[in-house]
Amino acid sequence: MSAMENDRAGRIGGQILAVEGVSLAFGGVKALSDVSFDVREHEVRAIIGPNGAGKSSMLNVINGVYHPQKGTIRYQGREYHHMDPHEVAVSGIARTFQSLALFKGMSVLDNIMTGRNLRMRSNILLQALRIGPALREENEHREVVERIIDFLEIQAYRKTPVGRLPYGLQKRVDLARALAMEPKILLLDEPMAGMNIEEKQDMCRFILDVNDEFGTTIVLIEHDMSVVMDISDRVVVLDYGRKIGDGTPDEVRGNQAVIDAYLGVSH
Amino acid sequence: MAEAIDTFPRLLLHHAKARGGRPAIREKSLGIWQTTTWSEVLTEVRAIACGLAAEGFRRGMNLAIIGDNRPRLYWSTTAVQALGGVPVTLYQDAAAAEWVFVFQNTEIEFAIAENQEQVDKLLEICPQCPMLKHIYYDDGRGLRHYQQPELASFEKLQAAGRDYDRANPNFFQGEIDRGTATDVAAMFYTSGTTGNPKGVVHTHQSLLVAARMGAEWEKLGDQEEVLAYLPMAWIGQNIFSYAQAYVCGFCVSCPESAETVTVNMREIGPTYYFAPPRVFEALLTQITIRMEDAGWLKRTLYRYFMALAVRVGGRILDGESVAVADRVLYMLGNVFAYGPLRNALGMSRIKLAYTAGEAIGPDLFSFYRSIGVNLKQLYGSTETAVFVCVQPDHQVKADTVGPPVPGVELKLTAGGEVLIKSPGLFREYYKNPSATAEAKNAEGWFMTGDAGFIDKDGHLKIIDRAKDVGKLTDGTLFAPKYLENKLKFFPYIKEAVAFGDQRAAVCATVNIDMEAVGNWAEKRNLSYAGYVDLASRDEVYELIGDCIAKVNADIAAESEIAGSQIKRFLILHKQLEADDGELTRTGKVRRGHVGEKYAALIDALYGGKAMVHVEAQVRYEDGRTGSISADLKIRDAKTFPPAAAKKAA
Repeated sequence: MSAMENDRAGRIGGQILAVEGVSLAFGGVKALSDVSFDVREHEVRAIIGPNGAGKSSMLNVINGVYHPQKGTIRYQGREYHHMDPHEVAVSGIARTFQSLALFKGMSVLDNIMTGRNLRMRSNILLQALRIGPALREENEHREVVERIIDFLEIQAYRKTPVGRLPYGLQKRVDLARALAMEPKILLLDEPMAGMNIEEKQDMCRFILDVNDEFGTTIVLIEHDMSVVMDISDRVVVLDYGRKIGDGTPDEVRGNQAVIDAYLGVSH
Repeated sequence: MAEAIDTFPRLLLHHAKARGGRPAIREKSLGIWQTTTWSEVLTEVRAIACGLAAEGFRRGMNLAIIGDNRPRLYWSTTAVQALGGVPVTLYQDAAAAEWVFVFQNTEIEFAIAENQEQVDKLLEICPQCPMLKHIYYDDGRGLRHYQQPELASFEKLQAAGRDYDRANPNFFQGEIDRGTATDVAAMFYTSGTTGNPKGVVHTHQSLLVAARMGAEWEKLGDQEEVLAYLPMAWIGQNIFSYAQAYVCGFCVSCPESAETVTVNMREIGPTYYFAPPRVFEALLTQITIRMEDAGWLKRTLYRYFMALAVRVGGRILDGESVAVADRVLYMLGNVFAYGPLRNALGMSRIKLAYTAGEAIGPDLFSFYRSIGVNLKQLYGSTETAVFVCVQPDHQVKADTVGPPVPGVELKLTAGGEVLIKSPGLFREYYKNPSATAEAKNAEGWFMTGDAGFIDKDGHLKIIDRAKDVGKLTDGTLFAPKYLENKLKFFPYIKEAVAFGDQRAAVCATVNIDMEAVGNWAEKRNLSYAGYVDLASRDEVYELIGDCIAKVNADIAAESEIAGSQIKRFLILHKQLEADDGELTRTGKVRRGHVGEKYAALIDALYGGKAMVHVEAQVRYEDGRTGSISADLKIRDAKTFPPAAAKKAA
């Protein structure tokens, strides 16, 4: 085990993403005020906080759905005042959603294939006719998708409409769709919400495997404290839109402000 | 069929020459079935065998093979046999501690494991099995950071093999030539209801002759398609998917994973299929549930044609005379119901399906036959290399296992125990001469331990294990399995254990079938939190009580055992599990163990109490333990005086 952990620590690289002094308000409601933190390459970075702390808003700022009033976002050395969702996706940031965003009537396979959309080069007409380069390209994409299906162990459900799958598996398909983009950074919005213990354990293993096998940087929001502490390298704690803690799980655990705001309150 | 060829490696050489371009084994990779031909298999096997030799594996050594059905594990089996070694296949879902005895018993130095899960378990037992020095893995996922010196990938093993082969080009053929038919070909550890497991030693001859006997009896050829989905450690899997594949030269397909078996069945369309009764039962339960949820038209069609099938389907399959009108209707049913149903089950192309291991419910059995699946029963054991009795086509019955296969001799002792003499008989139990002597007498008869009798058509009928047949205190014969099987034929009852030997009356513990009873409860708007809650419901007790009353009515009509009706019962708070030692790895109830573990419950059953508190340890799949506690109700069952039975039934 220790050899493995050393190896992990050694793989964590330099800063890949940083938010600096970000403030976001909806009218008079301040969702985020002056939040700064950074994400390093290959790490598992968690954002935690009580309900309404601004965790999902933070993700939405990162992938360009919300435009902050103040602050900057630095991604791969470039500075942005705000991000554009399409540009973000193309540049290698994928996300999953707290309330699943899948096509319920489509099969698992087709849902994951939609994740390849941005990488399709041939035009829509050739794709519709499935001729020439389009067919070859589809085969290539299908291979990537099949690797992900294999990786997440959902072979049994390729042809099953997503709407018929249990919730835990739908979450896994959502992750597969995000992975199909072959992202550099994966944003996970409460990947374990509503799951039972076994499903949570599976999901933890998959997240760590993704991080390990593909070297994907992972930013996750999670409610379940034990999960966060177990799988994250570093944790940011938000409360009422402010950052009140930042550090390794052990440091955060010992931080009095965090204990007062979150850990000390029994839910 | 390759007649004179008497070892597995020689059969491989033969097929590589005779049908080198034909498919030998298939595996799905990235969603596409990839076929390996017989000549390609030979190349792979050669590289593995030479690799093992280069790493120090020698004639007479044992090698452990652990994992789901994977082509490389099958090839390893042949490679080991080519070197004159003995492949020992272990149950892949067993906890590591259960393997320790086998590793120590067989002094295994080499193991081939499927993936990280199995490698982890092997590394866990390494301290107790210091002999184990080489572990090769098929799937390297998750193993990248492992530093243990014992570990090496399959690719590395085969690469070493190819180098060795180039340096010693005559080695592989030479080793195969040294093999003889009486060499040990494989060992199968029986799941043993008591004490340590026993290694059943089979030679090339015993496996191949038995496989050939069965194949000739059923006229199997090289066009068969088989799906290899049962544990490799089980002799049946070895016979159906390995020995017979080598005898006939047919193709075996490995499913992607345990969850995809049904999907893969449909894709492959096997022609030859084996499943224990519980698999057939699970499939039927699925169909029934899905049909109940189907639209009105489909439901009506299904009901109509199934009623017709039950009436004439089995007879048509048996080649009996059936009225022309019914035949025409059955053909229509084939278009609208039976064909689609067989297709959904992946049984469209089945020529031959076997079931064995336990008694199969008459309704269940006739369901498959009535929709045109040629389902038959067979009888055999690990020691007999499966084939002892097989039902011939057109003589199929739900409650017998058929006459002995040509080549097998069978006789009954005075006590009703079945004795067998067959060329497929095992040589011995590994390093256990006393057990061998106990099981095989001086004249070579193998004592099966099963009690049975021969019916008027010459078919063998098995009623129970000979040692389990007991007596009540009033002298009434008590065949627990017979009662349990009758109970288990109800869809709502998953498992039942009957007690009564040396007691005044029969009592039983019952496990409900979560899927069937859950569905039943849903239909009645009965809400429940989980298994424990559902099992304790009064409504469920009534449901199970009705089932038991029906069994009692049945038994009351059979004069010898009319007194062994079930007087009292309770529904257990947890499913019986192999991990808790309550079932064997093949899913059979270990009655003795259950009796000891739940002694308090059984005392309560006989003590006349109406309620009993229970606290039980459970072991989770990862080896941790926990405990469940519950209050269990005990109910009286309705019994019938022998004379009144006819009216009540």
